Amino acid sequence: MKLTLHVWRQSGPRDEGRFETHRMDDVSPSMSFLDLLDMVNETITLEGGEPIAFEHDCREGICGSCGMMVNGVAHGPDDLITACQLHMRSFEDGDEIWIEPWRADAFPVMKDLVVDRSAFDRIVEAGGYISVRTGSAPDAHAVPVPKPDADRAFDAAACIGCGACVAACPNASAMLFTAAKAAHLSYLPQGQTERLERAMGMVATHDEEGFGNCTNHGACQVACPKGISVDYIARLNRDLMKATLTGVGMEGSGGD
Amino acid sequence: MELDAKIPSGPIEKKWEKHQFDMKLVNPANKRKYKVIMVGTGLAGGSAAATMGELGYDVHCFTFHDSPRRAHSIAAQGGINAAKNYQGDGDSIYRLFYDTVKGGDFRSREANVYRLAELSLNIIDQAVAQGVPFAREYGGLLANRSFGGAQVSRTFYARGQTGQQLLLGCYQALERQVAEGTVTMYNRHEMLDVIVIDGRARGIVTRHLVTGKIEAHMADAVILGTGGYSNVFFLSTNAKGCNVTATWRATKRGAGFANPCFTQIHPTCIPQSGEYQSKLTLMSESLRNDGRIWVPKKAGDDRPPHQIPDSERDYYLERLYPAFGNLTPRDIASRRAKEMVDAGHGVGPRKNGVYLDFRDAIERMGKDAVSERYGNLFQMYAKITGEDPYEVPMRIYPAPHYTMGGLWVDYNLMTTVPGLFAIGEANFSDHGANRLGASALMQGLADGYFVIPLTIGNYLADGPQGGVDGNHPAARDAVREVTEMQERLLAVNGNRSVDSFHMELGRLMWNHCGMSRNEADLKEALEKIPELRQRYWREVRVPGSGADLNQSLEKAGRVADFLEFAEMMCWDALTRDESCGAHYREEHTTEEGEARRDDENFAHGAVWEFRGAGEEPVRHREELTFEYVPLSQRSYK
Ligand SMILES: Cc1cc2nc3c(=O)[nH]c(=O)nc-3n(C[C@H](O)[C@H](O)[C@H](O)COP(=O)(O)OP(=O)(O)OC[C@H]3O[C@@H](n4cnc5c(N)ncnc54)[C@H](O)[C@@H]3O)c2cc1C
Ligand code: SF4
Ligand code: FES
Repeated sequence: MKLTLHVWRQSGPRDEGRFETHRMDDVSPSMSFLDLLDMVNETITLEGGEPIAFEHDCREGICGSCGMMVNGVAHGPDDLITACQLHMRSFEDGDEIWIEPWRADAFPVMKDLVVDRSAFDRIVEAGGYISVRTGSAPDAHAVPVPKPDADRAFDAAACIGCGACVAACPNASAMLFTAAKAAHLSYLPQGQTERLERAMGMVATHDEEGFGNCTNHGACQVACPKGISVDYIARLNRDLMKATLTGVGMEGSGGD
Repeated sequence: MELDAKIPSGPIEKKWEKHQFDMKLVNPANKRKYKVIMVGTGLAGGSAAATMGELGYDVHCFTFHDSPRRAHSIAAQGGINAAKNYQGDGDSIYRLFYDTVKGGDFRSREANVYRLAELSLNIIDQAVAQGVPFAREYGGLLANRSFGGAQVSRTFYARGQTGQQLLLGCYQALERQVAEGTVTMYNRHEMLDVIVIDGRARGIVTRHLVTGKIEAHMADAVILGTGGYSNVFFLSTNAKGCNVTATWRATKRGAGFANPCFTQIHPTCIPQSGEYQSKLTLMSESLRNDGRIWVPKKAGDDRPPHQIPDSERDYYLERLYPAFGNLTPRDIASRRAKEMVDAGHGVGPRKNGVYLDFRDAIERMGKDAVSERYGNLFQMYAKITGEDPYEVPMRIYPAPHYTMGGLWVDYNLMTTVPGLFAIGEANFSDHGANRLGASALMQGLADGYFVIPLTIGNYLADGPQGGVDGNHPAARDAVREVTEMQERLLAVNGNRSVDSFHMELGRLMWNHCGMSRNEADLKEALEKIPELRQRYWREVRVPGSGADLNQSLEKAGRVADFLEFAEMMCWDALTRDESCGAHYREEHTTEEGEARRDDENFAHGAVWEFRGAGEEPVRHREELTFEYVPLSQRSYK
C-alpha cells in the first residue's frame, strides 16, 4: 500500500507545532499502526532527522500509553481498540492519514504526539482507592460479592487511563475516566465506606486540573477503547448530589 | 563474592515466622528518618512502595513510565496462584511449594519457595480488600481455574486482565500514599546507575526523560523492582520498554547476576507477520485445552488447511505424548513446535507457525460454547491477523516471555551489594529453571507487599546511614559516567538506527541462545556479540540531543546494555553443561528427547560477577539442597 501521512510535529510545549508529511510506499496491510510509525521513524533517522515521539509500551491495548488522533478520531477508525491495535488493513491504498496528539488544556503537549496525562494520577490520588493497610485484610471469602456486582465493577475497572475520552469530548471533560474509577469501587461492598467522600474528592480534583464539565455529549463513550459506559457518569453525579445533601466530604462539616 | 543465602534455621514451615520474630525492628517514630529508593512500579515495586509508605518510611519511587499504572505487569492475562484451597480439591501451601520446586526443575531455593507459597494466601486477601474484581461464582465467592497443567484449581483471575486489575490495586494503594505524603513519585525518570559508597548502595543516578536532567538521589537503601530482560531477544511478549538496564548497571557495580540463561519461551504466541514487526502477542495458554495442534505431514505443503485431510496432518503432540497431548508443559510444546517449523512443516504465509485448530471443538460443543470460552481471545486474534479462527485454524509459534534469571538475592531479598535489594522478576529467586503459569504475579506481590517491607527494616535498624549527599565523590563520579556514556552515544553519528542493532542482537540470541542451545552455537555467539557491540559504538545513529525528550537516546542506552548483558547470558548457558527446565542443551537429553539434568554437578545457582565489558565474568555458585522435595526427573509421556 502507498500512504501519505501528515504527522503533528512540535518540539516542546512552547513550540507552535505543524504537520509534517511523509509518503510511505511499502506499507503492508498486516502491519500495526505503530509498526508503521516505527517504519517512518527508521526512515527519518537514516535521513538525519529526529524521529516522531509517541508513547507506547504494551502494544496490545492494555497499558493505555498509546493514544493519538487518527484522521480526527481518537485511536483511529475502528471501534473498541487502541491505536496500537489498529492495523493497516483498515486503510485503503492511497489514503491520506492525519495524526495528531490528544488536544486538551489539561493534557499539555510535551513533544510531537506525547502529552502530559499526569492529571489522571492526581484524580486517583484524591480518593480513587479503598483505604486498607497491607496485612490488615480479612479472609477473601469473608465478604461475598454478588456476581452481577463483581461483573459491573469489573466493566468499570477495565479503563486503561488512555485519555481518549478527554480527547474526544468537545469540553475536554474527564468525567468518563473519573466515573469509571468511582463506579469500579462503588459497586463493591469494600468500597462503600469512602464512597461519597471519594466522589467529592475526585470530582473536585477533576475540576481543579482544568478538565471541562460534562454536558452529556456522549462522544467519550464512542471513543473509549474499552467500551466504558456513560451511565457511570450519572451514577457518579448521583453520589455527588447525595454527598452535597448530606455534607459528606465538605470541609468543616464535623462529620456528624 | 560471598553468597550467604541467610536461610533461617528450623523446619521449613516455621522459618519465615521465626525470621519475622528474629528480625530487628525500626521504631515507628523513627521510620520517617529512613529514606528508601524504590525503582519500578510494577506489581513488585508498586506494592512495596505503597506498603513501605504505610509503615512510615520516607519512600522515593521511580519509574520511566509516565504513570505508575503503565508498568509491564499490566499486561498479564491468565491469573495468579494461591494455595487457598477454596475449591476443596486437596490444595495446600505444601502442595504449591512442592509444585513450584518441581516445576522449577530443582534449581530454586526451597526456603524461599515455601515462604512464597505461604504468603500467596495473604495476597488474595489484600487484593480483594482493595477492590480487585476477581472472577466470582454465582454464590458470590471467588472462582478458580486450573492453569498451566496444575492438577488443582488454584488460579484466581479477573477475566483475561488479571495483571491489570492487580496492578490497579497496587497503583491505587500507591496513590493513596502519595496523597498522604509518605511516597514521593518520580515519573518519567530512568535509573541509570547505582551509587555505592563504602560498599553499600546509597543512591541512584537518574535521567529525567523530559528535561534530560541527570542527577543523583541519595538514600539509606535502594530496591530494584525493574522487571525482566526478555527483550534481549528484541521480539518477545514483553512490553517494548522492558529492559535490563537497571539490573545490569547494578551488576556492573558489584551485584551478582544469577542464572541469566534461564529464560522462558511461551508456546502460544502469534507468529511474526513481517520484518517490520516490533512485538509478539501472547495468546492465552488456555486455548490448548480445546484446540488441537498440528502441521502438514508433508514438508512445504502449500494447501490451505481445510484442504489437508486428517490422514495428512500430524497432530504431533498427541502422537508423541498420548497422556498429556496438547497440554504438555510450555517448554516441551515450544521445542516441538520449533522442530516442526525447522523441518519445513511450518504453516502460514511465512511458514513460521503451527496450527492450533478448533474445528473439532466447534463440532463437539458447538460454536456458541467455544465462543463462550474463548470469544475474546478469538476476537483479539482476528484483530491482529485479519483471519477468523472459527473458520481458519489459528497459527501459533513460541516466543520469549519471562526471565527466571535476575539479580541474586538472599532470603531477605538483598543482593550481594549491602543495601541494594531486588524484587519481582528482577531477582532470580523462586522459579528455578522454569516458572509455572500464574506464579510471577504471586511472586511479585509476595515480595512487594509482604517480604521487603519487613526485611528492609532489619537492614535499616542498624541506624540511618546519613551523612552523604549528591556532592559525595562517588555520586559525582556516577553522574559523570552516566553523562559521558550518553554523550558518547550521541556523538557516534553513524548510519544505522538503534532498532536495527537491537533486531540484529535479538536474532543472534534467538538463534544461538534461544529455545535450544549447544556448545558450538554458544561459542560462536560469544565471538559475535563483542563484534556487534563494537559495530554498535561505531555505526549507531542517535538523533537529537540529551537535553529533551529523546526516545532514540533512551533506547540507545538500553540496547548498549543488552549488548553487554547478552554475553553473560551466553557464558551462563555455555557453562551450565546440563539441561534443566527451560534451559535445553542439545547435548543433554534423555532418550525421549527431554531435558536431562545433572544434579551431581549442577544443583546450584550460578552467580556471575562482572569484570569489565568483554571480559569473561566470574562464575560463583550457591549450592542448593533439597530436603523436602526429593530430586526426581520429569516425565510427561
Ligand atoms: C503477555 C504477558 C502475560 C503474562 N501473564 C502472566 C500471568 O497470567 N500470570 C503470571 O503470574 N505472570 C504473567 N506474566 C509475567 C508477569 O506479568 C511479570 O513477570 C510481572 O508482572 C513482572 O512484574 P515486576 O513488578 O517484577 O516488573 P514490571 O511490571 O516489568 O515493572 C517494572 C517497573 O520498573 C520500571 N523500570 C524498569 N527499569 C527502570 C529504570 N531503569 N528506571 C526506572 N524505572 C525502571 C518500569 O517503569 C516498571 O514500572 C505475563 C507476562 C507477559 C509478558
Ligand atoms: S474511560 Fe475509556 S477512553 Fe477514558 S481513559 Fe478510560 S479507557 Fe481511555
Ligand atoms: S501501547 Fe499499550 S495500549 Fe497501546
